[in-house]
Amino acid sequence: MAILDNRLSQESYSSNFQDIHPPFENYTAAAVEANRCIFCYDAPCVKSCPTSIDVPKFIKQISTENIKGSAHTIFSSNIMGGGCSKVCPVEKLCEGACVYNLLEEEPIQIARLQRYSTDRAIQEKWPLFTRKPSSGKKVAVVGAGPAGLSCAHMLSREGVDVTIFEKEQKGGGLMTYGIAAYKVTPEFCQDEVDYILSLGGIDIRYGMTLGSDVHLHDLEENFDAVFLGIGVGLTRKLGIPGEDLIGVADAINFIYDIRTKPFEKIAVGNKVAVIGMGMTAIDAATQAKRLGAEEVTLVYRRTLDEMPCTEVELNIAKLDGCKIIWLASPKEITGVDGKVSSLLCDVMVLNSATPGERKSPEPTGQIIQLDVDMIIKATGQLPFEKLVDENEFLNTNGKILIDDQQETSIASIFAGGDCVNGGKEVVDAVQAGKDAAAGILNYLKIIPLPTEPLIINPLKL
Amino acid sequence: MADLSSYFLGIKSPNPFWLASAPPTDKKINVLRALEAGWGGVVWKTLGSQVKNVSSRYSSVNFNGGKVMGFSNIELISDRPLQINLDEIREVLRLFPDRAMIVSLMADNSRESWHELIKKVEDTGAHGLELNFGCPHGMTERGMGASVGQDPEIARMVVEWVMECATIPVITKLTPNVHSVVPTGKAVVEAGTNALSLINTIQSVTGIDLDTLVPNPNVAGKSVFGGYCGPAVKPIALKFLTTLGQDPTTKNVPISGIGGVNSWKDAVEFMLLGATNVQICTAVMTRGFRIIEDLCEGLNNWMDEKGFVKATDFIGKSLPTMINWEELDINYHIVANINQDKCIHCGLCYIACEDTAHQAINLLYGTPYNTYSINEPECVGCNLCSLVCPVDNCITMVEQRKGDEYLNWKEFQKRGLPLNDH
Repeated sequence: MAILDNRLSQESYSSNFQDIHPPFENYTAAAVEANRCIFCYDAPCVKSCPTSIDVPKFIKQISTENIKGSAHTIFSSNIMGGGCSKVCPVEKLCEGACVYNLLEEEPIQIARLQRYSTDRAIQEKWPLFTRKPSSGKKVAVVGAGPAGLSCAHMLSREGVDVTIFEKEQKGGGLMTYGIAAYKVTPEFCQDEVDYILSLGGIDIRYGMTLGSDVHLHDLEENFDAVFLGIGVGLTRKLGIPGEDLIGVADAINFIYDIRTKPFEKIAVGNKVAVIGMGMTAIDAATQAKRLGAEEVTLVYRRTLDEMPCTEVELNIAKLDGCKIIWLASPKEITGVDGKVSSLLCDVMVLNSATPGERKSPEPTGQIIQLDVDMIIKATGQLPFEKLVDENEFLNTNGKILIDDQQETSIASIFAGGDCVNGGKEVVDAVQAGKDAAAGILNYLKIIPLPTEPLIINPLKL
Repeated sequence: MADLSSYFLGIKSPNPFWLASAPPTDKKINVLRALEAGWGGVVWKTLGSQVKNVSSRYSSVNFNGGKVMGFSNIELISDRPLQINLDEIREVLRLFPDRAMIVSLMADNSRESWHELIKKVEDTGAHGLELNFGCPHGMTERGMGASVGQDPEIARMVVEWVMECATIPVITKLTPNVHSVVPTGKAVVEAGTNALSLINTIQSVTGIDLDTLVPNPNVAGKSVFGGYCGPAVKPIALKFLTTLGQDPTTKNVPISGIGGVNSWKDAVEFMLLGATNVQICTAVMTRGFRIIEDLCEGLNNWMDEKGFVKATDFIGKSLPTMINWEELDINYHIVANINQDKCIHCGLCYIACEDTAHQAINLLYGTPYNTYSINEPECVGCNLCSLVCPVDNCITMVEQRKGDEYLNWKEFQKRGLPLNDH
């Protein structure tokens, strides 16, 4: 039992980490799928997209070979529509709402069609948006993740001069650093960030961490408004004995390493337990397996009905050969010579909660032991509570409180994304960035001109 | 098992499906493959005037991801030597004596040319002749093809020449490039043609290459009007066919139906409107001769289900239902009904009605699914919602008569009954 790197051949690494989402091979293939779309009115897929992409419109634009128009439709609502088409849990969003589901037919492959248009736009660098002349207003954006980039892009389009402060060396946030490598490649993430920045008017400064390299009061002084899209931090502690043993890893760090280093440099155990059943837990478990771990077990204290990940995600883990133990709650980690040797779990049972409430697990008294040499914690990330408190933002357990203009308790400082919602999908962060940009434009008294034809629905008046 | 055998002017074929005069019947190798596959007969590609075909001859119209909804050609009549064609026809007749062999003809514009050609063709033992008065491209520039069919008096003259000489049945093929096929149809029937066939192709421009800006098909940077056919033209063909069945002169001769027959259902429709048999081309040009199997099986199964023993049991059966608008019953009223159990909430019925019809569908906003219901007093029963609904039998049109009695427009006016108030 050992935690080792360089377990596989280069061929195996590249095969294990190749794109899980094969693109349409050619236009004809995309057109066949696009033509399946029946062009619903007030479509459920649009209503199920946090950024309200006009899905029927962009799909019909593929069918008429108006690929530029299609990409513009997508990016108008979601400037990270390329990345979202690769990482969104579409089975519970747009595709999950597709009316074909009600016919017991496969839903339209919305994400795959979205990839078709956006990949071409990004690869061919289509200049689909133009920036208005500078208004002279300056806004600082902290964090070049989905929320920050989305906010910055919308502001710059309206002529605001934006400066982004990013602590990492690359933009994209969790898209670049926090998602399985077989979903989005580093090259794609870089291309997507470059494409967003190609609008102009956005100056991005890397290696700038809020609280050490850059301070909020300086930003307040030097900019007309500030947007905080700082995301969330590391995984919450399990609070059980043995958590500090060598071999206990944080899923966020584990995935960060995979996204920033060559695969052969990533050490992984022979027998790995992953704690949690969210998207990050799945990404950690599947990648541990793909890096060469012999046995990977996902441990979750509730059941299939309560798991945060989607069934599609769970199936990726199952197909990768990951084992799953339901109703098991970590109790203690034991070690030999300071290194992890086993994980003890309480066997749980779900109490019968009142209808509508989430059932809570309770220990049965029975205990199981898993012999493992590596444990990856993926039990949800914690907000940057200290930073939030130090700057005296009103907050709930570190999650920054905002009003309906996305403004924080401190005037001229706006916030959105994971640092506000505690950790949701990329697509939610993109929408939060848009909403905050709208709030900032309002605050700066800049009236955005509609870039889309104004559609009036008399029934909604 | 229904009897699919077909008699057209006494010419017997094992089924009512003939290949139309076109590229698939251009030469022995194709025709033999067709007859081996089971086709009832062929109309050999037009023989006659000397021509030379160009390269790049076809173009098509695609729709919603489907290929070749419409098809167009600028190919002229056969450009192979007449004697080779005649020898091959003779050979095919020897190999398949039980199949119909009709030869399409388009001679130069003189009595002698027609007589000479007919004699040579009859000498092969062919069962009948089809006069090509319909080709809408190329040949028209020489006063032939559609130029003949478009002028009833010229058509009458040519048919008279033909009938002076022909000893086997003569079918005259009509062009649809006219406001009505009846004047020419009447003229050629009066001149003695034994039967009619229709439609030939429709003069058209199928589309333009948006890179080169040259319409299709592109022949060295130029194009010409082509002859349009395929599934898109069936409704037009059925209309022309019906008018022949309604005219007292033309209804007395058999008609071979042509124009967008793609399936056994299309064939049945042609026959219900009076065609004795059908001719097919585009469907085999896009899928090959093997489609004859489903044509025969589908027709047979339908006839069995309906209790029709032979084709003549149903030929022309729908003709009496085609009447003048003024004779339609105004008291007949239908309203749409949405089956909520089947509805998939796509909203297509709503937006079609709201934007373009009668605002007769209610919308109740939901997340993510809206609910749609019919506002019956506003529904005029136009069928639009049921046509756009993607789910089978989800929207049905339910009869709610405005009155018990049959009431047509003339009577409605005579009684001074009220018109719509909004």
